Amino acid sequence: MTLPPTPSQTIGPFFHNALPYEGGDRLVPTGDPDALRIVGTVIDGAEEPVSDALVEIWQANRAGRYRHPEDRRDDLPLEEGFTGFGRCPTDAEGRFEFLTIKPGPVPGPDGETLQAPHIAVSVFARGLLRRVVTRIYFPDEEEANAADPLLSSIEDAGQRSTLIAGQLDGGYHFDIRLQGEDQTVFLDV
Amino acid sequence: MTQQASGEVAAHPPYLYPDYKSTRLRAPDKPLTIVPRTLTELTGPAYGRGRPGSLDHDLTRQHGGEPLGERIIVHGRLLDGDGRPVRDSLVEIWQANAAGRYTHAGDRHPAPLDPNFSGAGRCLTDDEGRYRFVTIKPGAYPWKNHHNAWRPAHIHFSLFGPAFRTRLITQMYFPGDPLFEFDPIFQSVGDPKAQQRMISSFDLEATEPEWALAYNFDIILEGRVATPMEH
Repeated sequence: MTLPPTPSQTIGPFFHNALPYEGGDRLVPTGDPDALRIVGTVIDGAEEPVSDALVEIWQANRAGRYRHPEDRRDDLPLEEGFTGFGRCPTDAEGRFEFLTIKPGPVPGPDGETLQAPHIAVSVFARGLLRRVVTRIYFPDEEEANAADPLLSSIEDAGQRSTLIAGQLDGGYHFDIRLQGEDQTVFLDV
Repeated sequence: MTQQASGEVAAHPPYLYPDYKSTRLRAPDKPLTIVPRTLTELTGPAYGRGRPGSLDHDLTRQHGGEPLGERIIVHGRLLDGDGRPVRDSLVEIWQANAAGRYTHAGDRHPAPLDPNFSGAGRCLTDDEGRYRFVTIKPGAYPWKNHHNAWRPAHIHFSLFGPAFRTRLITQMYFPGDPLFEFDPIFQSVGDPKAQQRMISSFDLEATEPEWALAYNFDIILEGRVATPMEH
């Protein structure tokens, strides 16, 4: 028997004194040699920045292992101090920024064939009755991206490109457009 | 929108609900892309910033004095779609004070702040999936969505659950609130049964004499799905 879920409601505009925490946007220490910045802006349907959003990321470590009991691939190491989770409120310009590392690839639906490296993203905000979910893929992983099951399932090249970050000095750039012609692809998980 | 078996009404609100004005420019207008479930969706974060401290669950004991208002116990179980307890899982809450004012600088509602109340708490569910907070009953508060708009009294809840796909943010309401029928955020959930799942129930058994009324609020997360490895 399946119990119906509790419905989602908006996060509202007043979460800042409760949810964000010191260091929430840093998944690795600043001195980490593989550290990279992921910066972006959340934008609404009128092309205005969303300054009261909360962005969360979830990713595997360098080796492609998730810190979670469902990931039982013991041959891959866990990283001390790396949780894989990040949380960042957008600032007055709608910007968010994370310091992290590029995740290793993880297996796809068949449990074996690897997906392209990616970071899972949730966005919450006033005006969003449910979170939107998306993924960040990397521009320097063309071969892996071409074989990725999710990216391959998106027929429109323009839409597909909304999931691929842009290259930046020291990292990557990924805007999240909530609505409109260039809307980011959002996922049904 | 959640995938539903045919004939079932969707539990979650739609993205676009024009009566809730902020959704007009923020709701995605393209259909969602289905993602096949992989370790990415089936794993998920545990504690965020680390395990809560021993008093993080008690919003009445975070300052020098006690906050004004009705002291209440808010408790319940965190369950998955199969009715199984979700153990050792982080629950975060935040709310307005008894006057209906948030400590957030953006809340300009002319109701008094309470120096003994900041309105945020965290705890972990126990072995039976139970969580428990002590707080004060929040007041309703006005907002600018439409003329004479008031949010029903509510406590914001943030849940991780066992997986990225079970992540949920919702609001807990109080039984008998006269504002439900006028509140577009509450009404965005169309199914009356689903609306009921957002309303706590008064719990006399857990009420502590001479001390605090109790409200029960069970939270059901999306059901468990077998990982590819289990086939």
